[in-house]
Amino acid sequence: MADFEIDDTVDITDVVCPTTFVKAKVALEELDDGQILAVRMNDGEPVQNVPRSIKEEGHQILKLTANEDGTYTLIVRKVEDEE
Amino acid sequence: MAEKVDYGTLKKGGFMRQKQKNNFSLRLAVVGGYLTAENLTKIAEVAEKYGDGHVHLTSRQGVEIPFIKLKDIDAVKAELAEGGCRPGVCGPRVRTVTACQGNTICPSGNIDSYDIAVKLDERYFGRELPHKFKFGVTGCQNNCLKAEENDVGIKGAADVKWIEDKCIGCGVCEKACRTGAITMQDGKVAVNYDKCNYCGRCAKSCPTDAWDAPSAYIISFAGTFGNSISKGESPLPLIRSEEQLFRVCDAAIQFFADNAKPSERFKFTLDRVGREEFYKKIKEAYNG
Repeated sequence: MADFEIDDTVDITDVVCPTTFVKAKVALEELDDGQILAVRMNDGEPVQNVPRSIKEEGHQILKLTANEDGTYTLIVRKVEDEE
Repeated sequence: MAEKVDYGTLKKGGFMRQKQKNNFSLRLAVVGGYLTAENLTKIAEVAEKYGDGHVHLTSRQGVEIPFIKLKDIDAVKAELAEGGCRPGVCGPRVRTVTACQGNTICPSGNIDSYDIAVKLDERYFGRELPHKFKFGVTGCQNNCLKAEENDVGIKGAADVKWIEDKCIGCGVCEKACRTGAITMQDGKVAVNYDKCNYCGRCAKSCPTDAWDAPSAYIISFAGTFGNSISKGESPLPLIRSEEQLFRVCDAAIQFFADNAKPSERFKFTLDRVGREEFYKKIKEAYNG
């Protein structure tokens, strides 16, 4: 994770689908265009679905890291809507 | 008025006899559950004017307007036609083609399900056969439209191939894969195609679109889901073009027309004549 400067971190391991994505989305909304968010998520459904949902919202996924405790950290650069 | 009622003809035209004498539930032709606001307005008008003011949504995405009187049938047909609606069919022929919204609406879709349903409908709808024959089109492995319960079920797939140049080695695809077909080896993606079900989740989740994933089709045959329940089988490899898909559909429906006994569903025809002959025919069609 050292290669990216993290502006904010959100932990979504305490919620289940579809709140996982909602929590990540809300965290992204608080950032400015270009800022970087680290999202800590559980294995299974969250890591299967959340990266894709974030991509479909138009943000840029930079990296997925496996943590020692079995969770994953997704590094996302916020991309502001053009509208 | 002692006119004899030809229920056979009425049924073919989608007029289903009700328990209540001289009342019919009129089935409309709907393809892939797609109705315009104009269609719906006219259906509502007809239900109020000629029915009892309600409609029934069928299990195959259709609409039926109950309590239509025998004497009104011609007027009802004419009025529905003004709203772009036509009667559906029942009986021994190709039925309503069902479809999900597909990849023009749904983020999960791998194919344009509705477009395929329209093309199937144009090709086969109402074709006379020994028994009913159902097509269903579902856009992806989520299978919202239950492909395998149909005589011919079509499921959208993605013919995925990894593009090394565009890959950042993040490993999202490995996690997105639900069949364990993807492994990361020294930062490179390895796909085991024996495990891959072509769901396309790897390509859809990829941050850099490092996958080539053209639309493809998985086809299943001879499902039934009524009095007897049987899941359609998929003996063919991935179908990679629309032309190939329709060739296989043509061969399947022709096999049913040539081999089924009257009132025999596709599954029971295959049980009786054996699958080897059928699989031979559809493999020929698959290979063109």
